[in-house]
Amino acid sequence: MTRGITHIGNILVAIALSVTTLAAAPSRTEGLAAWQQVYSVLTHPRCINCHTATNHPDQGDDRHRHVFNVVRGPAGQGVPGLQCATCHQRSNASTGIPGAPGWRLAPLSMQWQSADGRMFSGARVCRSVTNRSTNGHLDGPALLEHHAQAPLVRWAFEPGHLPYGNAFTVPPLTHEAFVSATRIWVEAGTPCP
Amino acid sequence: MIDRRTFILASTVAAGGALLSLYVDAPVQAQQQPPAAPPLPPDAFVRIQPDGTIVIQVNRLEFGQGVHTSLPMLLADEMDADWSHVKAELAPAAAVYNDPFYQMMETGASVSIAHEFQPYRELGAKTRAMLIATAATRWNVSPDTCRTSNSVVRGPNNQSARYADLVADLARQPVPQNVRLKAPSEFTLIGKRTRRMDSRPKCDGSQAFGLDFYAAGLKVAVVAHPPVFGGRVKAFDEGAARTTTERVDIFEIPLVNGTGVAVVADRFWTAKQARDRLKIDWDVSNVEHPDTVDLRAKYNSLARTEGLIALNRGDLAAMDRVPVSNRLVAEFDFPYLAHAPMEPLNATVRVDGDRAEAWVPSQLPTIDQAAIAEALGIKPEQVAFHTLFAGGGFGRRGPLDAHIVRETVAIAKRYPGTPVKLVWTREDDVRGGHYRPMCAHRVQIGIGPDGMPLAWNHVVVAQSLFEGTIAAAFELHDGIDETVIEGTADTGYAIPNIRVSAHQPKVNVPVLDFRSVGNTHGAFVMETLIDELAARAHADPIAFRRTLLSPEAKKRRRVLDLMDEKSATWRNALPTGHALGIAVHECFGTAVGLAVEVSVAEGRPRIHRATAAIDLGTAVNPLTIEAQVQGGLAFGVLQLMGKGAITLKDGQVEQRNFHDFTPPYMRDTPVAVDVHIVPSTEPPTGCGEPPVPVIAPAVANALSRLTGKRYRSLPLVSL
Amino acid sequence: MATYTITVNGQNRSVAVDPDTPLLWVLREELRLTGTKYGCGVAACGACTVLAGGIPTRSCVLPISLVGAREVTTIEAMAHDAVGRVVQDAWVATDVVQCGYCQSGQIITAVALLKRVNNPDDTAIEQGMGANLCRCGTYVRIRQAIKTAAQQLQQGRTR
Repeated sequence: MTRGITHIGNILVAIALSVTTLAAAPSRTEGLAAWQQVYSVLTHPRCINCHTATNHPDQGDDRHRHVFNVVRGPAGQGVPGLQCATCHQRSNASTGIPGAPGWRLAPLSMQWQSADGRMFSGARVCRSVTNRSTNGHLDGPALLEHHAQAPLVRWAFEPGHLPYGNAFTVPPLTHEAFVSATRIWVEAGTPCP
Repeated sequence: MIDRRTFILASTVAAGGALLSLYVDAPVQAQQQPPAAPPLPPDAFVRIQPDGTIVIQVNRLEFGQGVHTSLPMLLADEMDADWSHVKAELAPAAAVYNDPFYQMMETGASVSIAHEFQPYRELGAKTRAMLIATAATRWNVSPDTCRTSNSVVRGPNNQSARYADLVADLARQPVPQNVRLKAPSEFTLIGKRTRRMDSRPKCDGSQAFGLDFYAAGLKVAVVAHPPVFGGRVKAFDEGAARTTTERVDIFEIPLVNGTGVAVVADRFWTAKQARDRLKIDWDVSNVEHPDTVDLRAKYNSLARTEGLIALNRGDLAAMDRVPVSNRLVAEFDFPYLAHAPMEPLNATVRVDGDRAEAWVPSQLPTIDQAAIAEALGIKPEQVAFHTLFAGGGFGRRGPLDAHIVRETVAIAKRYPGTPVKLVWTREDDVRGGHYRPMCAHRVQIGIGPDGMPLAWNHVVVAQSLFEGTIAAAFELHDGIDETVIEGTADTGYAIPNIRVSAHQPKVNVPVLDFRSVGNTHGAFVMETLIDELAARAHADPIAFRRTLLSPEAKKRRRVLDLMDEKSATWRNALPTGHALGIAVHECFGTAVGLAVEVSVAEGRPRIHRATAAIDLGTAVNPLTIEAQVQGGLAFGVLQLMGKGAITLKDGQVEQRNFHDFTPPYMRDTPVAVDVHIVPSTEPPTGCGEPPVPVIAPAVANALSRLTGKRYRSLPLVSL
Repeated sequence: MATYTITVNGQNRSVAVDPDTPLLWVLREELRLTGTKYGCGVAACGACTVLAGGIPTRSCVLPISLVGAREVTTIEAMAHDAVGRVVQDAWVATDVVQCGYCQSGQIITAVALLKRVNNPDDTAIEQGMGANLCRCGTYVRIRQAIKTAAQQLQQGRTR
């Protein structure tokens, strides 16, 4: 059975090599702690304002309804005549309008808050995030890549400034720390509380 | 009913001795003749070009109300001009273009048609008479045998001449003293739905507004205004402002109220950026710091005491005979409102030694012209003042202190020979004062056994608009500013014992006429209270008003009846969750009756439909009237908007732009509005303002039916 | 200051301005296309709306440095646009305008709406036009004119 063991061993090495920070997978406890860190970012206004359960985005640290009657539209990109791209460009504008490539709302299926703006618990959001039938078929590594690379996610950490000069607040972790926490959580098997 | 008295004021405004006659508080009925003035010369108003184009001078600002079309209609109809060849221009500042009652050029108070109905028609009739006389001379026939139509004169023997072909000899014709005006049955244009002449340019980007003005060498100026009204510059640091790559000039200027810092550049963006980067140390120590919270408390307490009495009818002691359980006390609050016309304020002035030229979208061209002259120490005749199209006004482009042009001149005189355009940003506009005043009302009502109001004690608290202005001595009667008590003291309800009194506190916030002025709050109070009384009496709101309106309130009765008729079908078939709201009001000589259908959606009123009836005497252009009613209702929704308020904290305006002072968008306004004009041959009264006051109370009345609450404080932040 | 070459109404135009100059002011002052209006400067009112890469875009918040190669189309070009012309005609036939200052933005937005939706219903109209401010309150007539234009376009298509 020497050849079978070697084959499995190659796979294990490959897996181990793909895990660059830890020699052994994090424990469930470590994974849950990492999830709490991830959750603390997801629930920050820079993220939750576009992860709404309504037909409109929110704005501001007080998460008020986005001004000027903008609406979600069928694909989360606004409606003909009034699209997200009507004001939001592919990068932050010096005029104080935030921007990133593909600026739009997250799908309604993501389910991070109620229609009246109450954040769902860490447990519930975790289940939403890992539900492959509603999360765009993303598995753990794909979620990690999403958190690491997706332009709208990255925007949250460099959101720029508002029209009258004050800076947008940023999530409680840096993007790097957010990605690290995600990695730990993914490597722990994406455990949910 | 208040007697509207009229005064003639001759006041010297400019050092150059400009004489301003202010015929103030004129009766709105055009039956009354204006004071004797030399007849208007047709050639100042009509030009016939060789190609047949007829150019008519419009002595008003076109700022949406459609005078650019409806005034020429008056003249062209009497002149029998070919309407398809008529064009209009906005007249420059000159005494010949004065409003006949006000003896100055003026756009506002909904008087354009009312005051010019006679004069413009006469101009047209005189021109026609002169054209006939010219042709008759040429053909050697009697003028009586000639007829006119579509810019052609026809003689008794098939002779015909185009107006354009008569022009050379026309100049030699004496202007007739008297002319016969058409009977209404002879009108070819007046009374017909006529499309606006300025539509196409406003749809293809070619219509120029004040802000669009350009001349060679133009410089653009943006001014930093004090954060508290009347503040002064102590010092300023230009450092950050001068990082721009282009030349900017930065200097202090006097303002009408306080001082500011002007920034001048070749481009608006350069000037604005530099202005925003200035670090200015302001001295605001010597001026009052108004605060909305403090003012509200002060106003409410003032409202509990009697003020200057504006109306006293019957005997208020009748209140004492009404059992306490039949008395109602209501206290109302209204905030400051910014007009916020779409085009921010601007003016362009070029100073050339002892002359000047100005291009301004102005509601008061002769006042502005005189102010420019005064500021430069020259005569008004030395200021060539061009009136440009305005992107809205609503009163904001007619401040008597001419502060916009004065601010422009303070800068332009440093650049002799160069046109200088002053631009106010939207932030400057929202924060710059000259608002509809904040106010408070307190009303105590004694209800009779029949459910009708038996006694009514009403106190209004609001800043006077005209105290301290050139019109002060003449807009205030017995110390009371008409604009404070309009809508209440002139009520058409036959309340037997009624007293209306006013307090006019002085506050360090500049205030100004705002479309429909005191009626904005006066009508809200009256129409919501009357509705409440109707509800208490379990009476139909229309029938209740019909009973209570005085027999003399003819226009109000007519619109009530017409609105009743035209809304009957839908009113009685409202779906669940929808309610009816009614309001009737008269101002500026015109009555409007309104029925609205309202529901609540996402915490806001949704106005599904509005049926409006209007009585404004003779309808000159029913199409413009329909548009003005639709537009005026939408405009009036501002009072209901959650963020429809200007507030001050520690002396500074809290709002900045449309995100925190939010006027109505499409969804906030009625989805459908049907307008019905009461047929009338009475002289025309205005239509720019009268639709505005009725929408807020009508909607509030509907909301009261839906929520059970009474709304006493505007804006409606929550229902 | 930097030089930018942008395509406006089918023509290449070069301008030398600060990178953060909004497209609105480049159009109005450098190119003297004053049909596009300044109403607020913070994308609240829509008076500054142009088409950029076919998308209705608020030019007051779009710095020139971010325009790139996108084709910019302003109100001045709408008469030469098949949908633009029909919309303008509907606006005139319906007597929509009052002061007119907001109407360049309204028309551009309506054109963008009608290019994407053949027969917009009341909701589509209200949502698509929902962030265009009109202080004169021409909204009722704007609704009617869009429906008229939609009908005309439909007839044009089925001819």
